[in-house]
Amino acid sequence: MLQYVIKRLLYTVPVLIGISILLFIMLRALPGDPAQVLAGELASQEDIQNIRVQLGLDKPIHVQYARFLFRLSHLDLGRSARTQNPVIQEIWARLPNTFLLAVVATGLACLIGIPAGIISAIKPYGWLDNLVTSGALFGISMPVFWLGLMLVVVFSVILHWLPAGGTGGVEHVILPSVTLAAFVVAFIARMTRSSMLEVLNQDYITTARSKGLQEKVVIIRHALHNALIPIITVIGLQFGMLLGGAVLTETVFAWPGLGRLIVDSILARDYPMIQGVILIFGLLYILVNLVVDMLYALVDPRIRYD
Amino acid sequence: MTEASAKAAPAAHRQDGEWKRRWARLRRNRAALFGGSMILLYTLIALLAPLISPGDPAAPNLISALEGPSAGRLLGTDELGRSILARIIHGSRISLLIALGVVSVGLLIGVPTGLISGYYGGRVDFVIQRLTDMMLAFPGFLLALALVSVLGVGLKNTVISIGISMIPLYIRLVRAQSLAVREQVYVEAAKAVGTRDGKILLHHVLPNVMVPIIVQTSLGMGMAILFAAGLGFLGLGVQPPQPEWGAMLGSGRSYIFHAPHVATFPGLAIFFAVLGFNLLGDGLRDALDPRMKA
Repeated sequence: MLQYVIKRLLYTVPVLIGISILLFIMLRALPGDPAQVLAGELASQEDIQNIRVQLGLDKPIHVQYARFLFRLSHLDLGRSARTQNPVIQEIWARLPNTFLLAVVATGLACLIGIPAGIISAIKPYGWLDNLVTSGALFGISMPVFWLGLMLVVVFSVILHWLPAGGTGGVEHVILPSVTLAAFVVAFIARMTRSSMLEVLNQDYITTARSKGLQEKVVIIRHALHNALIPIITVIGLQFGMLLGGAVLTETVFAWPGLGRLIVDSILARDYPMIQGVILIFGLLYILVNLVVDMLYALVDPRIRYD
Repeated sequence: MTEASAKAAPAAHRQDGEWKRRWARLRRNRAALFGGSMILLYTLIALLAPLISPGDPAAPNLISALEGPSAGRLLGTDELGRSILARIIHGSRISLLIALGVVSVGLLIGVPTGLISGYYGGRVDFVIQRLTDMMLAFPGFLLALALVSVLGVGLKNTVISIGISMIPLYIRLVRAQSLAVREQVYVEAAKAVGTRDGKILLHHVLPNVMVPIIVQTSLGMGMAILFAAGLGFLGLGVQPPQPEWGAMLGSGRSYIFHAPHVATFPGLAIFFAVLGFNLLGDGLRDALDPRMKA
C-alpha cells in the first residue's frame, strides 16, 4: 500500500510540473508587458521598473522559470494587484468557505443520489425508475446558476424562508449547497443505477437470493457493496465539476469563496490572484483524486497495490 | 485498383449494412427522437430568427422596461424594455454557433491526436497522454475560465476557450477505441499488404471509432452551451448587448426581486437546448452501440 501511495504521488509530479508551466506561460502569453499588467493600470513607470526587477523579467526565460518554481515551492504566489495583500493569505481566508459548500453539497448528493440510484435499479423501467432517470437527466441539463436564482425566487422572494445570499448561520448554507448538489446528485444517481444493474445480474446475487436471504440484505450487503467502486470514482470526478460549479454558485449567492474570488480577479485583471486560485484548484483536484484512489483499497480488497 | 482498396471494399459494404441497422434502432428510440426534434426546432428558430422574431432584439424602449409577460409581449421585457422573446430567439443563433464552433475545435484537434496516440503507442502516446493529463488537471469549466482570463472575453474567445477545454475528452475517447482497433486482424491484414498508416487510420480505424465520437459530439454540444452560458452569466463570455442567453440571465439577476421573469426565460431556453442534446446523445448511445453504458 505504502509503495502504491509513493508511486501514485510520483505520478502527480509531471502533472504538477505541467500546471506550473501552464501558469508560467499564462502570464507571458498576455498581450503587452507582464510587469505593466501586474502593476495595474494606474502604476507609475518607476513601479513597473521595480516589478520588472523584482520578477527578474530582465533575466533569460529558463532562469525566470526556475525562480518561478522556487517561489511556488515556498507557496510565495506574490501579491494581489487589487488589494496588495499576499495572494496566499487571501486564498487561505476563503478556502474554508468553498470547502464547506463542497463538503455539504457532496454529502447531500450522496444521501440523495445513492438511494435514488438503488431504487431505480431494483425495478428497472418501472415508474420510480423513470422518475429518477428523468430527474437525473433534468439535473445534468440545468444551468446551476439558473437553478440557484430560481431557488432564490421561491425560497427568498416568495416564501421569505431563507436568505438570498451572503454568509451567517446555517440558513445561509442551505440554498448554495442544494444548488451545488443538484448536478452531482444527478451523476451519482445515474452511476449508482447502472453499477447496481450490472451487479444485480451477477451469479452471486442469484445465489444469495436462492439461499433465501431477505431482499434488503441482498441489495445492501451483496449488491451495493460491490457496486461502490464506480460510484466512488464518480464522486471523485464530480469534485472537479463541483469546483467549477462553485464559481457559478458562489457568484449567485455572493458567497465569499475561491470561486467568487477568481471571477472578481479575472474581471479586475488581477493576474497574480488568478494564477494563485487556479494553482490551488489544480492541487485540490489532484489531491481528491489521490484520496479516491486510496479509498478503492478500503472498499475492494481485491485491489492490491503492488 | 490497388490490393488494399480491393480488400477494403467488402469491409465498407458491411459497414453500410451496420449503419442501416443502427438507423432503424435509432428511429425506434423515443429519447433520441424527442431530443433530435428539440434540436431541430432550435435550429429552425435560429435559421428563421429574423422572420419569426417579434420585433428587434436590440431596440430599447425604456417606457415599457421590466414588464411581466402579457398577451402583447409573451415573455415580457428586460431592464431596457427589449422584448425577451425576441432576444431569446436571436440568442439561439449565438448559442448554436458556439456549440458548433466548440465541437469543431474539439473534433479537429482531439480526434486526429487521439487516433495517432492510440495507433502508434510508444513515446508519441506517452507524450500526448501526459499533455492530456495536464489539461485534465483542471476540471473543464475551470480550464475554460483560465483560458478566458488570458484570451479575453467575447464570442471568438468563448469558442476557443471552451473548445480547447474539450480537446482532452476527445483524445481520451478516440485513443481508447483506436488502441482496441489496432489489434484487430483486419488492421494487421491492411498493414501486411503495405497500406500506408494514414490510409489505415482513415479507412479502418476511424470508421470504428465513429459511434462514440458521434455520441460525444451530441453531449459535447450540450456541454458547450452550458459552459458558454456560464461564462456569459459571469460577464466573461459573449458581451451584452448581444442577446446571449447566459449574459441575459446575468443582467436579469439584478432584478430577481421585482421582475424574476427576466432571468427565468433565458434559463429555460438554455435548459431545453441542453436537455435536447443530452437526450439525443443518450439515445444515440443506446441505439448505435448497445454495448456502451452510461
